[in-house]
Amino acid sequence: MIDINESVMQVLLAFLVVGPLLGAAAALLPAPPGLKGKSPEQAVLRHGVTVTGAILVAAIVLALGFDHDQPSKMQATTDISWIPALGVRIHLGTDGISLPLLVLTALLTFLSALYSYFKPPAGPSPKAFVALLLVLESGTLATFAVLDLILFFLAFETVLIPMYFLIARWGGEGRAGAAWKFILYTLLGSVVMLLGLLLIGIKAGTFDMVALATDNGRSLTLSVQVVAVLAIGLGLAVKTPMWPLHSWLPDAHTAAPTVGSVLLAGVLLKMGTYGFVRILLPAAPDGFRTFAPYLAAFAVVGVIYGSLACLALAKRGANGDLKRLIAYSSVGHMGFVLLGIATMTPTGVNGALFANIAHGLITGLLFFLVGGVKDRTGSTDLDTLAKETGAALYGKAPRLGGLLAFAAVASLGLPGLAGFWGEMLALFGAFAPGAGLSRPAFLTFMAIGAFGTLLTAAYLLIVVRRVCMGAVPQDAPKLTDVRSYEFAAWTPLVVLTVVAGLWPGALLRLTDPVVQQLLAGGTR
Amino acid sequence: MSSLVQSVDWLAIAPPTITAVVGLVVLVADLFVGESRKPLLGWLSVAGLAAATLMLLPLLDADRGTFCLVGDTGVCSYTADRFTLVIQFLVLGGALLTALLSVTALKDEAKRLPEGEYWFLFLSSAAGAALLPASRDLATLIVALEVASLPAFALVGLRHGDRKSSEAALKFFLSSVTATAVSLLGVSFVYAATGTLHLTLIAERVQNVDGQLHTLTQTGVVLTLVGFAFKTAAVPFHFWVPDTYVGAPLPIAAYLSVIGKAVGFTGLILVTVVALPSYADVWGPALAALAALTMTVGNVGALRQQAARAYSAVRLLAWSSVGQAGYLLVPIAAAAYSGDAEKSVGSTVAYALMYGAVNLGAFAVAALVGRAHRLNRVADYRGLYASSPLTALLLGFFLLCLAGLPPGVIGLFAKVTVFSAAVDAGLGWLAVVMAVNVVIALVYYLRWTALLFRAPEGEPVKHRLPAPLTAALALTGVLGVALSGAPQLVLRFTGTGLF
Repeated sequence: MIDINESVMQVLLAFLVVGPLLGAAAALLPAPPGLKGKSPEQAVLRHGVTVTGAILVAAIVLALGFDHDQPSKMQATTDISWIPALGVRIHLGTDGISLPLLVLTALLTFLSALYSYFKPPAGPSPKAFVALLLVLESGTLATFAVLDLILFFLAFETVLIPMYFLIARWGGEGRAGAAWKFILYTLLGSVVMLLGLLLIGIKAGTFDMVALATDNGRSLTLSVQVVAVLAIGLGLAVKTPMWPLHSWLPDAHTAAPTVGSVLLAGVLLKMGTYGFVRILLPAAPDGFRTFAPYLAAFAVVGVIYGSLACLALAKRGANGDLKRLIAYSSVGHMGFVLLGIATMTPTGVNGALFANIAHGLITGLLFFLVGGVKDRTGSTDLDTLAKETGAALYGKAPRLGGLLAFAAVASLGLPGLAGFWGEMLALFGAFAPGAGLSRPAFLTFMAIGAFGTLLTAAYLLIVVRRVCMGAVPQDAPKLTDVRSYEFAAWTPLVVLTVVAGLWPGALLRLTDPVVQQLLAGGTR
Repeated sequence: MSSLVQSVDWLAIAPPTITAVVGLVVLVADLFVGESRKPLLGWLSVAGLAAATLMLLPLLDADRGTFCLVGDTGVCSYTADRFTLVIQFLVLGGALLTALLSVTALKDEAKRLPEGEYWFLFLSSAAGAALLPASRDLATLIVALEVASLPAFALVGLRHGDRKSSEAALKFFLSSVTATAVSLLGVSFVYAATGTLHLTLIAERVQNVDGQLHTLTQTGVVLTLVGFAFKTAAVPFHFWVPDTYVGAPLPIAAYLSVIGKAVGFTGLILVTVVALPSYADVWGPALAALAALTMTVGNVGALRQQAARAYSAVRLLAWSSVGQAGYLLVPIAAAAYSGDAEKSVGSTVAYALMYGAVNLGAFAVAALVGRAHRLNRVADYRGLYASSPLTALLLGFFLLCLAGLPPGVIGLFAKVTVFSAAVDAGLGWLAVVMAVNVVIALVYYLRWTALLFRAPEGEPVKHRLPAPLTAALALTGVLGVALSGAPQLVLRFTGTGLF
């Protein structure tokens, strides 16, 4: 949109990755004179807002400087040799599918830092909190910015330690167990993924994603592709998470602090699906085709399973936890994303990428809102909240209730909001799957997936009824309505949800050329 | 007629020689130095090790050999090639770091350890360990192995009036001597079959052994390997490790965990890759199985350590070092299957360099904490961040390097090279076993790391940092961080020929 020098773009992208790391190191040092603030805690939280804000600005400038006429071209690329012995290069770059994720990550982290500034997380000193948040941001941004398999793995692993500590130190009940489950599951997955990445790299002779995509699996035999896809797919599927490898997610979400949940759902899960599109689809298409029907089957089972779990949790007397419920709904939503990818069609993959972003926005917002509810009522337990008649948020805190209803409706995929397009396109893709995939099987998956959308609508509406509606007792204490900092943190997500819903072309125009190219392999 | 007297390249043999000579000087000087001046012996030893390490520099330009066969200059008993220099650097640098730890430990022990003997034994063992990678015939190899290990038994049992210490030494001694006897038998079989002790000649002649001697040769190969497997503390020769580490003075435990390992796997590499490449179908599967067993047993052992038990920190490090020995064996096993054995071996060397730096760092922190908490329990590390933030951050970094997770980038890349050696050689099953082990190992490393940052129980103990410990910590810390930024520094050994 605006013309920015290529070398400035390079610096911007490198800054996105390195900036948060420097910020994290600086957070551990004592504040310099003049920036001490009211207290060390306040100073360091402000530092977090400043750094993430700078990163967000850089990401936006990067998005503006991005050549929107050629989204399929790698832009802002840096390519330096780092470890020649392993053939690892610091290869950074962004195109139409990574750019939205970069901006989303920068935005969600900034909003999280902003939210934490006004509402410091309960737990030990915020110093470490800010440092970990920044390391986490660096790791996720790096995952989306690197174009080297080994660096991708490095970035993938970088998020583990910070997230572990965020859950284990600032989490709620059952945090220790949840944190362990999170890190062990994902580490086991990612180590297996490393084996697959090494297999591809060694057999193809390069770890460079662009070269691998151009090669389109031509230098890999089918058996190598099958093994590699199995290994890498497992690692990515744990992260996404795909049913039946999802069981770490509900616990992690329930125990994590609000900000942790927001980033976990909004950004970390996307690393898995992004890996599918960026690495597996172009680099090992034949191997992927072998597993695509299974992936799709697991995906739709996940859709149904997630919805049924949510329905069970939403029932009266089930003692369902709202955060746990949203976590299960994530399993369902990510099921749609995986279904879209498994179709191996431009429609499906575009839908998956769209649903990816939409889920990040909407679920991020939902977790913020539930965090807000917890602050006010001290509980996220549906039965405790709703009692006999319903929590009556509309009556007690109308704006909060309205926002919650908005997010829930967006999540169930109401046309006109972000949640709609991705899931619809994913189902469309399944209607006419890519060459070599069984159409009847995918039609069945489509039908099951479509049924899943109904179930999704059902449980979300139940949640809205039980949390937002209900009679307000006369003596009920008024809850504080949405505070100004909460408005500041949540409004961007609301606005983007609406914009993405009304103008999906803005995003699809970015992703479509890239997807076409990745699926066709090399041909520009 | 050519002279029968071998010419000796003194520069080439300088590193082990200086170490040995300084050891003798210390032993003699001990007789003449007054009680109050005893710490000087320690500093003399440190200086000697530093000098020996520096003497590696002039050797970098070209491969040298000395003590060669008269008439056949290509076959030498002592060779200073890249492989030798890298391992000697690991051994001498590691010894230097442990010497720094020892200076403080000896001071704290307040005369329960005899200083002169301690330094003499320490330097002798280091000299043997430095000689070993350069040896290119089986006799020198065994001699070097014995010079490296015999003083180590004495060091383990050196603490006066400590029952655990002497028991550990006895355990160590008995099992080690058995292993040496076995490998000597193996060597004699190989000699009987091939008629030579020089590794490169064995490699040639072993292929044309008389059919009748075939079984003899195979037995010889296996028996020789057993001796070296013991030194790496490979399962099932590992049982001496945990007790020995607890009974030994802490710097000696650190020494054994790094230099002891280096000695073992260097010997294994020389015997397998250099001397017996044609027997790859025998030692390949054996080493692969050994590697899988070793890492699993070691990691499970470490996982089972209870934080509140006495000496659990040292025990944990001991068991984890058994696990790490398993990773070190993987590329050697892979060398049997891959087309490029040197490249695989390079992975072991790179991993060992990383492991040496960060493991000694972890031991340095353990030595520091052990000064205030004699029992050195893992639980004693709780809240270390509150009392000494930098030390805690360093220990966290070292542990995560050992676990192979960012921010321990170098640990991660070292594991990547080991994995890639296994994948490259088609040892998929071994790679998967290792993957599971990496996850098991993460549990105990991360548990310990998390403990460092918990709120301290009761009054936090201030740890005063003595200068030698500070130096050791700074050295290992700088190494770890520098390597994390530029992993190529050690990983380049995986890309180029070492021999």
